[in-house]
Amino acid sequence: MASYTYTPTPDYGAKAGVLAYLVVSAVVLLLMMVFGLIMRLEHSQYTEIGGLWFYKLMTLHGAGMVGIVALAGAAIMWHFLRQYVELSTGIFIANLILFLTGVVMILASVLLGDFHAAWTFLHPLPSTSMGLWSEWAAAAFMGGLLVIGVGFVLLHLDIARAIITRYGGLGRGLGWPQLFGPDDGNAPPPAVVASTMVTIVNLVGLVVGASILIMMLINLYVPSFEVDPLLAKGMIYFFGHVFINAVIYMAVIAVYEILPRYTQRPWKANKVFLASWTASTFMVMFIFPHHLLMDYAYPKWFLIVGHIIGYLNTFPILIVTGYGAMMIVYRSGIRWDMCSRLLFVSLAGWAIGAMPAFIDGTITVNYVMHNTLWVPGHFHTYLLLGMVAMVFGFMYYLVKPSEHATDSAIDVAAFWGFVVGTMGFTLSFLYSGKMSVARRYAGHLPEWIPYDRIASFFAALLIASVLVFIFRFLAGLGLAGRDYQRASLARSLAT
Amino acid sequence: MQETAWQVSLVLMLLIAFGVVYVAINSGKREEDYGPLVKRAYGFRTKLFWAVALVFFPAMIYNLTDLPYDTSRAASSTGTPQVINVTGHMWYWEMDRDQVDLGPVEIRVTSGDVNHGYGIYDPSLRLIAQTQAMPGYTNVIRHTFDKAGTYRVLCMEYCGIAHHNMMTEFKVGNI
Repeated sequence: MASYTYTPTPDYGAKAGVLAYLVVSAVVLLLMMVFGLIMRLEHSQYTEIGGLWFYKLMTLHGAGMVGIVALAGAAIMWHFLRQYVELSTGIFIANLILFLTGVVMILASVLLGDFHAAWTFLHPLPSTSMGLWSEWAAAAFMGGLLVIGVGFVLLHLDIARAIITRYGGLGRGLGWPQLFGPDDGNAPPPAVVASTMVTIVNLVGLVVGASILIMMLINLYVPSFEVDPLLAKGMIYFFGHVFINAVIYMAVIAVYEILPRYTQRPWKANKVFLASWTASTFMVMFIFPHHLLMDYAYPKWFLIVGHIIGYLNTFPILIVTGYGAMMIVYRSGIRWDMCSRLLFVSLAGWAIGAMPAFIDGTITVNYVMHNTLWVPGHFHTYLLLGMVAMVFGFMYYLVKPSEHATDSAIDVAAFWGFVVGTMGFTLSFLYSGKMSVARRYAGHLPEWIPYDRIASFFAALLIASVLVFIFRFLAGLGLAGRDYQRASLARSLAT
Repeated sequence: MQETAWQVSLVLMLLIAFGVVYVAINSGKREEDYGPLVKRAYGFRTKLFWAVALVFFPAMIYNLTDLPYDTSRAASSTGTPQVINVTGHMWYWEMDRDQVDLGPVEIRVTSGDVNHGYGIYDPSLRLIAQTQAMPGYTNVIRHTFDKAGTYRVLCMEYCGIAHHNMMTEFKVGNI
C-alpha cells in the first residue's frame, strides 16, 4: 500500500471575488426559495396568483436555482483550487459579470416579456407562445442562458489551462498515472481531481447546451431553419443534467478540504478514490438518457444505457465519497460546529437523495412516475440537503470567528430546522409522486392538496433556517476574507 | 409499482440515515491510531460494495425484463389490440375514440404543436402508463386494461399556461 503524506494548505480567507460570488448566491438562493414556497402555497390554495404568474415563477425558480448553485459551486471550487494551481482572477470576475448580465436578460424576459416556457425550454415551446410572449422575450431568455454558459466556459477553460500547466494534462489531473500505474502516493489532491472532472464534463455539456440554444435562436427568427424536437430535447437534457450534477462535484471540494481539518485525518486520493472520480466523469456524461425514458422514439439501447448507469452511478456516491466521509469522522473526536455539521450532513443528503433518483431512472418505475412530483422530490433532496448544505457549511467556515468559537443556540436550532424542513419538504414531494401528482402544475386536483399543505409548512421552516444561515454569513463577511486558522490543521500521515 | 418504489426508497434512505447517525454517535471518542481503523474500514467497504452489488445488479437486470417499449406488451391471444389515435394540442387532447373494451389497447400518441405528455390515470387517480407526445414522432403505449371505468388523461409535459388544465377522459368496458 502506498504511503500518503497529507500536507494541509494554510487556512486562507476568501478573495473578494469569492465573497462576491457567495453574496450573490446567498441572496438569489433565498429569493428562489421564496419563489418555490409561493408555488407550493399556490398548490395548497393558500394563494391565488394564477397560471401566468405561477409559470413565470416556475421558470425563474428553475433557471435561477440551476444558475445560482452553479455560481456557489464555482466559488467553492475556485477558492480551494487556486491554492494548488494559478488561476486567473480576471476570468473569475468576468464569469460573474457575464452571469449577472444573463440574469438581467432572463429577468427581463420573464418579468417584462411574460416568457414562461420553463428552464427546460423544450423546442418548439419557446417559439410557440400562442401570443403569450413575443420573440424578443424568448430570445432574451435563451440569450441569457447562452451568456451565462459562455461565462462558465471561460472559467472552465482557465481551470483546464491551469491544471494542464501544473500537472501536465487533464488525465494527470484525474490522477491517471497513479490509477493505472503504480500508486506512488503523489496523485493530485482531491480538490484538483474533482475540479478536473467538473471541467471536463462541464466543457462538453456547455458546448452542447450552447449549440442547441444557438440552433433554437436561429429557428426563432428563421423558422425555415428547422430543429428536430427529439434532438433538441436530448441536447437540452445532456447539458442540463451535466451542468446541475457538476455543481455537487464542485461543492464537495469543501468537504474534502475542510472535514479533514476537523477530524485530523487525511482524505486520500488513493486508487479507489481516483477510480471513482474517473468513473463519475464518464457516468455523469452518459446517464442523461434517464430523462428521456418516456420518449420511445429514441433507440431502445440508448434508453437502457440511462437505466443501467443510473444504478452504477450510486456506487461512487455511496461506496467512495459518502463512505469516505463516514470513515474519517468515525471515532475521530471531531469537534462539531455549524460548519462540520453541515458538511457531514451534506454527504448524507447526497447519498439519501441518490436513492429515489436511481429508482426513478428504472424504466418500469419511470413509466408511472416520470414527471410526477417524485422527480423534484429526489433532486431537491440531494441538492438541498447535499449541495446547498455544502455551500452553507463553507460559508460558516469562512465566518467562524476562531478555532474554538462556539455556536449560538439559534444557529443550532436553524441547523435542525434545515434538516427537518428539507426532509419534510422532500418527503412530501416523494409521497406526492407516489400518489401520482403531476409536476409543473399551476393548480392541483383537490385530492392532492393535503400533501401540498404539508410541504408548504416544511418549506417555510426550511426558509426560516436558511435566513439564519444567510444572516450569519452576511454579518460575518468582515472575517471571511482574513487568513487565520479556523480549524485545526490535519496531522499528516497515513498508510 | 409506485408503492414498491416508495417502500424501497424509504428502506434505502433509512439504512443510509442509520449509518450516518451511527457514525455521528461514535464520532466523539478519538481512536488515535488511524492505520488499523482504516484497514478495518476498507475491509468493511469491500463487503459493503458486494452487498450493494448483489442487491442492485439483479434488481437492475430484473427491471429490464418488461419494458414499455416492447411490442409484445399488449399482445393477446384473443385478437389484435384496439387502437386509439391521439394528438396533443395546446391545450387539449384530440382522440379518435373515447371508449374501448377491456383487453389490450394500443394508444398511438403524437403532437400537433409542442411537447406534451400523455398520462393515463385509472379511476382511483393512479398513473398507470404514459409516453411523450412529440411533434413529428408517434409513440405507442401498449396497455392491457383489466378494470372497467373512466380513465383520465393528464398532460405530463409542461406545455404552457394551461398545461394543468389539459385533461380529458375515456371509458373502458361497458359502464
